[in-house]
Amino acid sequence: MNPGADRDARPAGHPGRRTARAYGIAAAFLVVAVLGSALVGAADLNPLATVTALLDRIPFVDLHSSLSPLDRAVLYQIRMPRIVLGALVGGLLSLAGAGYQGVFRNPLVDSGLLGASAGAGLGATVAIVYLGGAGPSAVPVAAFVGALAGVAVAYAAGAVGGPGTATLLLAGLAVGMFLTAIQTFVLQRSAQDIQQVYSWLLGSLATAGWGQVGEILPYTAVSTLVVLLHGRHLDVLSVGDEEARSLGLHPGRIRLLVVSACALAAATAVAVSGLIGFVGIIVPHAVRRLAGTSYRVVLPLSLLFGAGFLVLADTLARTVLAPGELPIGVVTALVGSPVFIWILRGTRSVHT
Amino acid sequence: MYPRQTTHPRHDRRGPAVRGLTAATTALLVAAVLAGCGSGSSSTAASPASASAADSGSSASFPVTVSPANGSVTLKAQPERIVSLSPTATEDLYAVGAGKQVVAVDSQSNYPSGAPVTSLSGLTPNAEAIIKYSPDLVVASADSNGLVAALTKVGVPVLIEPAAATLDDAYQQIGQLGAATGHDAQATRTVATMKSEIAADVKSAGTAHQGLGYYWELSANPYYSATSKTFIGQVVGLFGLKNIADAADKASDGGYPELSQEYIVTAKPQIIMLADNSAADGGQSPAVVAKRAGWADIPAVRTGLVVPLNDDVASRWGPRLPELVEQIAQALRKAPTS
Repeated sequence: MNPGADRDARPAGHPGRRTARAYGIAAAFLVVAVLGSALVGAADLNPLATVTALLDRIPFVDLHSSLSPLDRAVLYQIRMPRIVLGALVGGLLSLAGAGYQGVFRNPLVDSGLLGASAGAGLGATVAIVYLGGAGPSAVPVAAFVGALAGVAVAYAAGAVGGPGTATLLLAGLAVGMFLTAIQTFVLQRSAQDIQQVYSWLLGSLATAGWGQVGEILPYTAVSTLVVLLHGRHLDVLSVGDEEARSLGLHPGRIRLLVVSACALAAATAVAVSGLIGFVGIIVPHAVRRLAGTSYRVVLPLSLLFGAGFLVLADTLARTVLAPGELPIGVVTALVGSPVFIWILRGTRSVHT
Repeated sequence: MYPRQTTHPRHDRRGPAVRGLTAATTALLVAAVLAGCGSGSSSTAASPASASAADSGSSASFPVTVSPANGSVTLKAQPERIVSLSPTATEDLYAVGAGKQVVAVDSQSNYPSGAPVTSLSGLTPNAEAIIKYSPDLVVASADSNGLVAALTKVGVPVLIEPAAATLDDAYQQIGQLGAATGHDAQATRTVATMKSEIAADVKSAGTAHQGLGYYWELSANPYYSATSKTFIGQVVGLFGLKNIADAADKASDGGYPELSQEYIVTAKPQIIMLADNSAADGGQSPAVVAKRAGWADIPAVRTGLVVPLNDDVASRWGPRLPELVEQIAQALRKAPTS
């Protein structure tokens, strides 16, 4: 860390060496998180055998690992997809958070804002309570649709109040509360489903598989690409709508596009992991401390750090109480909050 | 508290949804109490002598004092309008021969089939809605929403029969419900039959399977299980099996830990028992389990010892317990010897 050196709120940030260093740290962080995570778990796999088994999977590398077939199944079918899914979810949540913060010029905005979390919660609850027969497959779809619908309603409601991001934020809050109230109502009428809904609300990667990774890849790619391409636009917007217009940009259009892409990212993450809070706030802020406030840097770095952060958080979730599990939402908030305050140390005011 | 899955972790995890309603319901209760004073809570029951009619007869002498979880409760006369808010209590009442006295059961009481199911909720009970049935006895598995206080004020005795912690608890509740409803003798017979059936089932399974590891699945998303110290863990423990969830004891004070999937697989359980196979409980089945990534090599999956249980029986502590024990015994007879 480099306290005191990153108070630069100008859009361009410090190009060059500092950015390169930040990317280096981010890449190293992600690699270490993934490797470390691959080596630990409730199943006590021999670390050396695990490494050889993983290397064996690289094309043209042929190594013999002493892992039994069962252990291999655990590593390839249970642990690795969970790590990869965690990385994707963490990256998406952080990217969505950073994107929203750019659009709303507000550092307190999280990926679940604008009715996304509330909509997803309502969708999942309805699926669990009324579509129990459709099995677990209905829940992610319902959460995904719910999150997107929540954001759409919030956006429409915000537009009624005229342009400006504050109205949109407030509309998002109102819509979120409204949807949460419906969700509570639905749940109250079917209290025997509380445990299932509650588990979902706290977030979990406990049943992650390659199938889910495959399912979310297209949405991940599209939303990530769109958000990343708008880094420069968000930098211009952060100076003000007038300035943006004078540069030939359409602030309203950019906001709609970025909000849509962020909503897609958040909905995708939520669909496979439930509600994991705080990641979308903590990661972008940590990134700003490290690399400045230009969205051209903050967005991609949030993606990388978010991926690493969630992989680590999930590693704790599945090892602290092993062979039991903790809900990952508990870990992100429990570990994330103190770390966040530590990061904020010395940041007297946060500009986004 | 939770009619369908009462021994489940759901139990301890009542969300704000439930709690938040308490204030509103309390307001309603005040109204209920004011209005309820005049209503027929004291419809005089048959005199002790004439109550000895029909079924069990003999021992129906009132007043009777029983000691459920909510303290000592005295019933002045044999209850004739019973409301049950607990699926287990409903089964108990019918088993001891008090079925004819039951006028309403909660929405989750799906057994026996003749029980008068209503929209009453045992999870978030509404005293006013219960009083509408003019009960002279209410049985529930938890005192939620101020149930006992409200009904006591209008003179309706309430028995709280919570999730049993041990087999003896379960038997005791049946005895208690028998005594409270004037069916002592039949309750005693019910318990005796249960005990002998369970003993016979356990014996029929032999001892070859002793020490095999089993995994009890309460829910698959995420994976919740039950340790040996839970009621259901004790029941399965009668067979001398080893519960893989016991290693995760520290993950849950209530005995219902969430297990790590990698642990379940590497613990290599020889038997998997599914208490989450009905559609409403997650729709898991042996076929679904076999298709889970990485599960194909688990001994239980390879040898086909994934047992879909009757979810309702597996989550209650009532008179159908021997059916569950028999289902497990049947599976164990097919089990490999350890």
